[in-house]
Amino acid sequence: MNLLKDSQTSRTKSLRRLLAAFLLAAAATLAAQAPPVPAVPQPPLAPPRFIVVLDAAHGGDDPGGSLTNPDGGGQPEKAFTLALSVRLRSLLAARGFQVITTRESDAAVDSDRRAEIANRANAQACLSLHAAETGSGVHLFASSLSPAAPTRIPAWKTAQAAWVTRSLALAGVVNSALLQAGLPVTLGRATLPAVDSMTCPALAVEVAPDRSAGSNPADSFIDPAYQARIAEALATALLEWKSEARQP
Amino acid sequence: MIPRYQAVLFAILLAASVIMGVVLWQLRERAHQRLLQGHDSAPTQAPQVAPAEQATLLVASDPDNSLLTQLQTLPLPQDPGSRARVILGKLLDLYAAPGAAHPVPGGGASIAQVFLLPAPELLSNPVILSDPSGAEGRGKPALSEVERGPAVSSRRTPGTRAPLTPNPAPPNGPLLAVVNLTGSFVASHPSGLEAENLTLQSICGTLHANLPRVTQVRFLVDGQQRATLAGHADLTRAYLAADAAPQP
Ligand SMILES: [Zn+2]
Repeated sequence: MNLLKDSQTSRTKSLRRLLAAFLLAAAATLAAQAPPVPAVPQPPLAPPRFIVVLDAAHGGDDPGGSLTNPDGGGQPEKAFTLALSVRLRSLLAARGFQVITTRESDAAVDSDRRAEIANRANAQACLSLHAAETGSGVHLFASSLSPAAPTRIPAWKTAQAAWVTRSLALAGVVNSALLQAGLPVTLGRATLPAVDSMTCPALAVEVAPDRSAGSNPADSFIDPAYQARIAEALATALLEWKSEARQP
Repeated sequence: MIPRYQAVLFAILLAASVIMGVVLWQLRERAHQRLLQGHDSAPTQAPQVAPAEQATLLVASDPDNSLLTQLQTLPLPQDPGSRARVILGKLLDLYAAPGAAHPVPGGGASIAQVFLLPAPELLSNPVILSDPSGAEGRGKPALSEVERGPAVSSRRTPGTRAPLTPNPAPPNGPLLAVVNLTGSFVASHPSGLEAENLTLQSICGTLHANLPRVTQVRFLVDGQQRATLAGHADLTRAYLAADAAPQP
């Protein structure tokens, strides 16, 4: 209670200070007949942080698919996606991104909650991470919703419709980064409950063994080098996406 | 001299055995009649009798996440529902064959039924797919509702073929196809965004290519609604057959 009151009084104090500074600056500009300069940088005007949401799909009682290792053992998809999320998070943090994850442990998170976390983050990119044994390389999926103009209060289940065009642009950037890293990529559209409710450029990234010539798909899943290659390529893609977003 | 009571008892026993004999004879006759009737209504038209026709299959390929058009000549029944089942059965036979580009075990027997219903009314009618009570056991409520409708249906029973009831030809409106998959097919389907979506897209695309009036497709598993195919692709919604994209 006290803490709350303290924070409230400190907030009003800082607000007052802000107002005073603004008035002072306004007076100074009037006196100097100079073009107006913003006196105090307002929080929303502060240099926007580039936020990326990483959503490790599945978790808890939803193991996802099962991925077989060459030694005969298996790994649930949920463990793979979490490991990739952790790896990618540290790569992105090292590159100055602010990263928000939907789960940090083997916890059950439903698709609505995932979208909620992403939407609250106001992120510039959201990646939902999956893994599968079928196909080859990395499968990129954007929402299959048809693009729609943004509305003030978008319908929850189709909120992504206003972002689909941006999501497809993000898919293009990620696609070229993965191809540059020598990974096979397929592009597609799909219905994904979590992604369809996200209000950010969003993609589902499904990692499959590399079955292109000269690679051994059997050890792809446990091979840390393969996972690192994908994470590196995704981080590179997001850097490129960031620099594109900075350009007006 | 036989006592009087013994004579009466003998008469009663004799009468009883005669009556029982008559009843037994009648029951036997009735059972025979029933057997004959059942034989009469048994299917007489074998699939081999149907003329061979060309069908267009949209065959999925995992390595490049694509659908390839393939023409197949196979005996096709006239009834649209049976026709759809035979064509989809052929498609799944290709997936079950060794070396398939989209391997899914199960084969043609995985399509239990295909029902064709007028599309618009039935989409707004929740009774078809929303009864989870299952009072009569697995699949009964959903299926019986479907069968009651003006459906062109086909049912696969081991060893016999469905009687081709002379259904009144439906008007030339759009059709909703309800594809009832077997539980064993779904249980053995590989998990993954790409693999699951390809199966659904190839089924929807193949239905539309051969029965252009089919514009929407819904999926049941053992006659019941299921959340996802194998953890990813949504089975609760109707899919648009033309572009195999789900309808919001
Ligand atoms: Zn998954």
